Amino acid sequence: MKRFLSLLLVLAMTAALCACGGGKPQSTGNEFTVGISADLDTSLDPHVSSSSAGTREVLFNIFEGLVKPDTDGNLLPAVAEAVSVNETADVYTYTLREGVRFHNGNPVTVGDVVFSLSRAAGLETGDPLVADVANIQSVKAEGDRTVVVTLKAPDTEFNSHMTVAVIPEGVDPAREVVGTGPFRFVSRTPQESVVLERFDDYWGEKAVPSKVTLKVIPDAQTMVMSLRSGAIDLAARLSSSQVSSLGDLKVLEGCNNIVQALYLNNDFEPFRDLRVRQALCYAIDKQKVIDLSADGYGTPLGSSMFPAFGKYFVPGLTNYYKPDPEKAKALLKEAGYEKLSFTITVASNMPMHVDAAQVIVELLRDVGVDAKINQVEWAAWYKEVYSGRNYEATVVGLDAHGLAASDMLARFQSDHAKNFVNFRSEEYDETYAKAIATVDSDAQTALFKQCETILTEQAANVYLQDVADFVVMQKDVTGWRFYPLYVMDLSTLTRVQ
Amino acid sequence: MIDFKDRSFRTGAVITGFVLIVLLIGLFWTPYDPNDMNAAEKMLSPCLRHPFGTDNFGRDIFSRVVQGAGSTFLIALGSVGIGLLAGVIVGGLTGWYGGWVDEVLMRVNDSLTAFPSLLTALVLIAVFGSGRHNIILALGVLFIPTFARIVRMEVARQKALDYVRNALLMGVKEPRILFVHILPNILPVLLSTVAISFNNAVLAEASMSYLGLGVQPPDPSLGRMLGEAQAFLLRAPWYAVSTGLAIVLLVLGFGLLSEGLGGERRA
Repeated sequence: MKRFLSLLLVLAMTAALCACGGGKPQSTGNEFTVGISADLDTSLDPHVSSSSAGTREVLFNIFEGLVKPDTDGNLLPAVAEAVSVNETADVYTYTLREGVRFHNGNPVTVGDVVFSLSRAAGLETGDPLVADVANIQSVKAEGDRTVVVTLKAPDTEFNSHMTVAVIPEGVDPAREVVGTGPFRFVSRTPQESVVLERFDDYWGEKAVPSKVTLKVIPDAQTMVMSLRSGAIDLAARLSSSQVSSLGDLKVLEGCNNIVQALYLNNDFEPFRDLRVRQALCYAIDKQKVIDLSADGYGTPLGSSMFPAFGKYFVPGLTNYYKPDPEKAKALLKEAGYEKLSFTITVASNMPMHVDAAQVIVELLRDVGVDAKINQVEWAAWYKEVYSGRNYEATVVGLDAHGLAASDMLARFQSDHAKNFVNFRSEEYDETYAKAIATVDSDAQTALFKQCETILTEQAANVYLQDVADFVVMQKDVTGWRFYPLYVMDLSTLTRVQ
Repeated sequence: MIDFKDRSFRTGAVITGFVLIVLLIGLFWTPYDPNDMNAAEKMLSPCLRHPFGTDNFGRDIFSRVVQGAGSTFLIALGSVGIGLLAGVIVGGLTGWYGGWVDEVLMRVNDSLTAFPSLLTALVLIAVFGSGRHNIILALGVLFIPTFARIVRMEVARQKALDYVRNALLMGVKEPRILFVHILPNILPVLLSTVAISFNNAVLAEASMSYLGLGVQPPDPSLGRMLGEAQAFLLRAPWYAVSTGLAIVLLVLGFGLLSEGLGGERRA
C-alpha cells in the first residue's frame, strides 16, 4: 500500500494546487478586504527603524507625523498646521493644528509631539530609534501650540523627515497602537489578519471604507486565487506572472518605488577592485533582467534613485554602462579575476529578487563569471546580509522612508550605519555632506545628482530596475492612489455600484 | 530469494530501467542547455521543438526535467547510501551485542524518530546551511533509524539460528559472521527497505527544494521546478504536470520494485 500513499502524495502536490482558493466575497458596502503578502512585524511601534516595508505601508494609514506625503511627492501639513524654518536651516518651528485627536479620543498636545520626537531621536537614551531624525539637537514646546526643533547641523530637507509618527505620551507604543491617522487599529491575528476601522474623529477628509481587513496571504498563487474567487477586494505589489493568470479583473500598473540592484559587498576581496565592479555592470544587461524576470515590466535604473523622485532623478545614468560582454571580459582580465566566482545571497520569500538573481547568474556565465545563488530565510537575510554585512553579493530592493533625496543616498556614506554594501569614497562623503548643508535648493539638487553620478561611476552596485507594481482589484472597486513612496493608502478605496 | 517473475517487480524494473537510461543520457546530452534563457520563447506550450514546453525564463522544460530528475536521483541515492551504511553498522552492533550498547544506541535512535522527519531535516539544514551536499547529509541522517531498526531485528533473529552458532563454535571471528554470514541472509529485507527509502528520499528532496532549501537556482531539481511551476499553474499547466509526471515515474518504478522484492515475505 505504501506506493499508493506515495503516489497519492505526489498527486496531491500537483493536483490539489488547482483546487485551492475558493471562498465567497466577504466584504460588502463600505467594508474592504485587502490581501497582503506578509504578516506585519511583531511590534507595530512606528518608531522601530528595522520595520519591514510591508509593515510601514500599512502603518501609513494609522500613524501620521507633523507632515505627511501626498501622491505627487509634496509634503502636506498634518498634525502641524504650518512650519517655518530659519535662514540657516537648523531651527524648525511647527504650529500644531487644532482639533487633532488620537484614536483614544485625547487631543494631541505639544507634550505628545515633544515626547514623540524626543523618543524617535533618542534624546534621552542617546540612541536614535529613527535614524532619519538623529540630527535633532533638542525639541522644545513654546506655549501650547508651538514646537521648536533645533538641529545639530543644518539640513534643508529636515522637514521631510517629520513624517515620523506622533504618538500619545504615556502609552506604550509596543503594546497599544494609537495614532492620529484616518484608520484606527482594531485587532490582529498573527499570520492571519489585521483589522482597521475608520477613525470618525479624523481631522482631515475622513476615510471612505468603514472597515478594512488585511488578510495575510503569503503564497503568490493563493493570492491570485483569492482575487479570482472574490475573497479579497484588492491586492497590491503583485508580479507580472501573478497578473498574467488573473483573468477578468481591474489591473493598475505603477512603480514600487524601490531600487532593485545586485548589491555588492565592496569589502569582498574581488569587489574592492573598481574594474571588477564595472565589469559586472557591463556584463549584466538590465533590460534582459527585466524582460526575463518580469515580462518586460519595470523601469531600468542606473543609480540609487528612482524616477518618482523626479527632481533628483538623473535619467542619463541609466545607460552609463552599455551591455558589453567583451568589455566585461577585458576588464576582468585586466583586474586579474578571469575566473571570478561569488555567491548571491537572496531572501527566499521574495520571488522577484530570486528570479532576477537567476537571470544574473546566466548573464554572468556568458562572461565566464561563476555566480551561485544561496537562498536564505528573510530573518537570516536581515541578520547576515543587512545587519551583519557577511555576504558577497545580494539582490534586493531598497525603498525610501521619506521624500528626501537623503532617504536614498545617506546610506552610502562610508561610516553610515546602514551602509551594508561597505561603499567607501571620500569624494562621495564630501559631496554628500556639502549637499546636506546647502540651503539653496537648486545647488543642493545638483550636489545630490553628483552623488548619484559618483555611485554610478564607482559602480558601487549593479543597478537594475524599479520593479513594476501591479495593483489588482475587483471591478467595482476604485479609488486606489499611487504614491512616490512605498505606501498603501486605504482611505480612498470606494465601491461603485 | 528474489522472485524475478513477480509482476510488480517486472513492471518496476521496466519503469526504473527506462528512467535510468533517460537520466544517464541526460548526464551527457540534453536537447537544450537546461539553464539557457530565451526571452523570445517564454511560456511556450508543448510543441515539437520543446516536447514539454518552456518555462517563464524561456528554458526548455524537457531538458530541465531530465537534468532535475538526475540531480534528485543522485541526492536520493546519496542519502539512502548514508542511511544504509550507518544503519547497517549501528543495527549490526546493537543486534549482535545487545546489552547496554543496544540500549544506548537504540534510545538515541528512538529520539531521532520521535520528531517528524521533515522537521529534523529542516533543523539540520538550518545548522549546516542549504545546498546539495547538505541535503544529502540531512536526509541521510533521517534514514539511519529505519535501517538500524530493521537490521537490528534481523540480526537478533539470525543470531539464534544454527548456522550462526556453528560458525561461532568453529571460531569464525564475529565481524566476519556479521557481515559475511548474516548480511547476505537479510539482503531481501534490506533491499525492499532501500527501495521504499529511496522513494521517501525522492519525495523529501522534492519537499525540501520546494521550500527553497535544497538545490539552489538556477540549477533544476524536480522539487524546485514544482515550486516554480506552481506560480504558473493556470498559465502553463504543462510545467507542473510534466515535472509531477517525472516524480511519479521515479517513485512508481521504485515502489513497484520494492513491492516485488518484499512480496515473497508478505505472501
